[in-house]
Amino acid sequence: MSTQSTDLSEGKSDVLSEQTYAEIDQWLKKYPPEQKKSAVMAALRIAQDENKGYLTTDIISAIAKYLAIPAIEVQEVATFYSMYEHNPVGKHKICVCTNISCMLNGSEHILDYIYERLGIKPGETTKDGKFTLKEVECLGACVGAPMLQVGKEYHEYLTPEKVDALLSRLD
Amino acid sequence: MGDKKVTIEVNGQEIETQAGRMLIEIADEVGIPVPRFCYHKKLSVAANCRMCLVEMQAMREGMENPVVPACATPIGDGMKFYTKSPKAIAAQKGVMEFLLINHPLDCPICDQGGECELQDIAIGYGEGYSQYTEAKRVVKNKDLGPLIATDMTRCIHCTRCVRFGEEIAGTRELGMIGRGEHTEITTYLEHSISSEMSANVIDLCPVGALTSKPFRYSARSWELNNVDAIAAHDCVGSNIIVQTLHNKVKRVLPRENEALNEVWLSDRDRFSYLSQTHTERLETPMIKKGGEWQCCDWNTALTTLVAELDILVKDKKNTIGALLSPSSTLEEGYLLQKIVRGMGQHNIDFRIRQQDFSQQTLDPLYPHLGVNIDDISTLDAVMLIGSNIHKDQPIIGHRLRQAVLKNDTKVMAVSHRQYSFHFPVTENIIVHPQRIALQLAGIAKALLTLNNASAPTGLKEVIDDMLITDIQQKMAEKLQAAKRGHLILGNMIYGLEDYAQIRMLASLIASLSECNIGYLTEGANAAGLAIAGCLPHRKEVGKENNQDVGLHAQEMLSKTLDAYILLGIEPELDTLNPQQAINTLTASSMVVVMNAFVTDTMKQYANILLPISTPLETSGTFVNTNGMWQSFTGAVSPYKEARPAWKVLRVLGNLFELDDFDYRSSEEVKESIASKYTAEKFDNRIIWQEHLFENRINNVNNEPIRISDVPGYAIDAMVRRADALQDSLDMQIADKVLMNEKLAQVLQCHADNIVEVEQLEGSGKFIVAIDESIPDDCIYIPSAVAATTNLAAPFSTVSIKE
Repeated sequence: MSTQSTDLSEGKSDVLSEQTYAEIDQWLKKYPPEQKKSAVMAALRIAQDENKGYLTTDIISAIAKYLAIPAIEVQEVATFYSMYEHNPVGKHKICVCTNISCMLNGSEHILDYIYERLGIKPGETTKDGKFTLKEVECLGACVGAPMLQVGKEYHEYLTPEKVDALLSRLD
Repeated sequence: MGDKKVTIEVNGQEIETQAGRMLIEIADEVGIPVPRFCYHKKLSVAANCRMCLVEMQAMREGMENPVVPACATPIGDGMKFYTKSPKAIAAQKGVMEFLLINHPLDCPICDQGGECELQDIAIGYGEGYSQYTEAKRVVKNKDLGPLIATDMTRCIHCTRCVRFGEEIAGTRELGMIGRGEHTEITTYLEHSISSEMSANVIDLCPVGALTSKPFRYSARSWELNNVDAIAAHDCVGSNIIVQTLHNKVKRVLPRENEALNEVWLSDRDRFSYLSQTHTERLETPMIKKGGEWQCCDWNTALTTLVAELDILVKDKKNTIGALLSPSSTLEEGYLLQKIVRGMGQHNIDFRIRQQDFSQQTLDPLYPHLGVNIDDISTLDAVMLIGSNIHKDQPIIGHRLRQAVLKNDTKVMAVSHRQYSFHFPVTENIIVHPQRIALQLAGIAKALLTLNNASAPTGLKEVIDDMLITDIQQKMAEKLQAAKRGHLILGNMIYGLEDYAQIRMLASLIASLSECNIGYLTEGANAAGLAIAGCLPHRKEVGKENNQDVGLHAQEMLSKTLDAYILLGIEPELDTLNPQQAINTLTASSMVVVMNAFVTDTMKQYANILLPISTPLETSGTFVNTNGMWQSFTGAVSPYKEARPAWKVLRVLGNLFELDDFDYRSSEEVKESIASKYTAEKFDNRIIWQEHLFENRINNVNNEPIRISDVPGYAIDAMVRRADALQDSLDMQIADKVLMNEKLAQVLQCHADNIVEVEQLEGSGKFIVAIDESIPDDCIYIPSAVAATTNLAAPFSTVSIKE
């Protein structure tokens, strides 16, 4: 009745596809059966990929149910890591680090310049659905500050010219 | 680790202790102050606030001394720490400055002001000015339900509330989402917290982010008077502090007692005080004259009462009965039975929700849990029979959960309804209530086989043809293997028609598996009232009166007596069969109601209404399920004309001119029982009664029957009038009828439809909910809620109409 919050009933729901469940199962095999929650990050990533790059509360609930852990625990993970999205995103996700090293090296100017070029602020997507801009925490590349990430690639020692070149390469 | 002794030095002071403990524990023990926010002795170490940084002597020559968090630094031999060195203080001040960056510093409008850990520590370690000139962050408040108010901008993310949910409450409802500056404490999709111990996060919160919603803006902590008291709503007897202002109860807080409630308190014990000023409080004595109610003074009320009863008593054929709440105090119970017995009668009972009294002479002196509450963690197997332990006795539920987590205790359950326990249940038998005895017989058979023992006389015929199920076999094996196994009879079991058989079988199982057995009971003082002699078959301290056994609760409520005295109960809610209780009482010519509250229903059957104190307004004693006698004083004076029930009963005793009624205080009343009482160690197991199974074990007919229990916030008059508790998620069940899909199809009931449930001559309207945890042929309808006051006893047939 009143246990919607703590309901640990296990099982599948129709929010995720059989394909997704099969992929999550691959990860579950790596952990002891009573430690299903170890697969939470992989499960979120797989589900996000399936759902055009972003998560919904339905997906989070479905994962919690499948891994038999409280939904709030899944939401904690999903909101802690900036790689998980909670709103629809563009084709290319530009993640600009604004943590200390990048900040000291002018990451703010990079953000300003992207705004000048694309007209989007952090958290926004261009009208054509091509680019999403994100402000992210340290990506472990302080040596190349200021830096940003698109897809799986890092772009370091950024200048407005480098940003121009990058944007023109992405389509 | 373990017992290895080591010596450390803190601020030059040598301390000998066990290796591996955290520095902060040792500092606390010897009284060296270390500031902290996230550390709490009852929770795991998070080390995320960094306020407890102290300087540690470097391990190697030439290395700079590090600063380390005292809460997360396990000590080893020869370690040296400085908690007040310039380096330690600089670190602490630095952390303080960061913590205050986003804190709103709105102490003047914050309820936590004056009892705030952040405020206290900021005085010691904060600066009078801030270097921070940027905008502070603002966090949206969360709706956590009717008990907990939130001001999330004040949160410093210590995560005590999150760890409490995971480690103590056992329901992980609060969490920390986001990261860095975007971190927020919240629930998933923002819902009310369902834990029955949720409000402990108010005490845990070191700032004003989580405060008491009912208390909000009503007083300042330093204005309040503290009175030590005992919680009045379960058989634990949690220790509490009642905080009052201008003779009003403002707040109730836990009082630390390691043997009972530790530092915790159930929400029920914390918020029941809200009923103190409920509109239904009875203000003055009242008498019904010619069908009209008239207010009167105490003198008139009591002399009328005595005159009326005296006439009845003179004729020896007349019968007078007294029914009292299992939460009445020892003193009240003792005086009431003394009056009843002074009139030459033995009709007194507090077991108002029990159905089967056939073996009452086998009852122990008082219902005892059979294991000390603080020893529950040493049990290695526990079988709960008919217990919703978390809602019925939240503190014992918590203790059992800790046993499961720390001692790997195996918990098994046999019940008529699947409860959501906050711990894993290894074996679960959920059956039609009339099959519970059969299930226990199956477990007993498995144990007999394991022990190569033959069945006791009378049982052989019953179990001969029985097949032992896998689950019964496993339960038997677990109990047999347990070094310290325990069976617990829960609140629901007393309402069953074959309670005597069930208890006998449970006792047999306990004997065969060399386990112990214990009782959990309704109310705060079932044990005390048994000792006080509030039983038809026993006088005070268990003296049997075999020649002259009085009527038990069901007898008193099934045939109308000439007069009734009702103390602290609302029979339309508190008895097993409300319909019958009301009919019986209405037919009686004299019903004296002693209660703190009054309702229209009460006015229908009562002839005299006497306003009495709530447990917060009277002195008295509760005896808990471990036999602990705990006395308390009234925190506030009684409401309007209400008087402590023991005083009213004392005066009544005098007016009836009964002997030995010259008590000047409740202590003297208690003393007169205590002087006759010798605490004895007893075994709850009972001697085999062969005749009990002559009629075999129940046969189930296939008609759907009503199953029931009392929701946690419906248990007594006070709790039912604590509005904040009534608004909680748990009470959403109050107007529901639950059944499984299979039965719903047979009865053609659909979820969310309103149906009329009929039982004998009464009916009630309920909303259908489909619940697969309800066994076949069972219809769950709660007891002790407004919608069921016209219904008859649970565990009998009902019919349902759309």
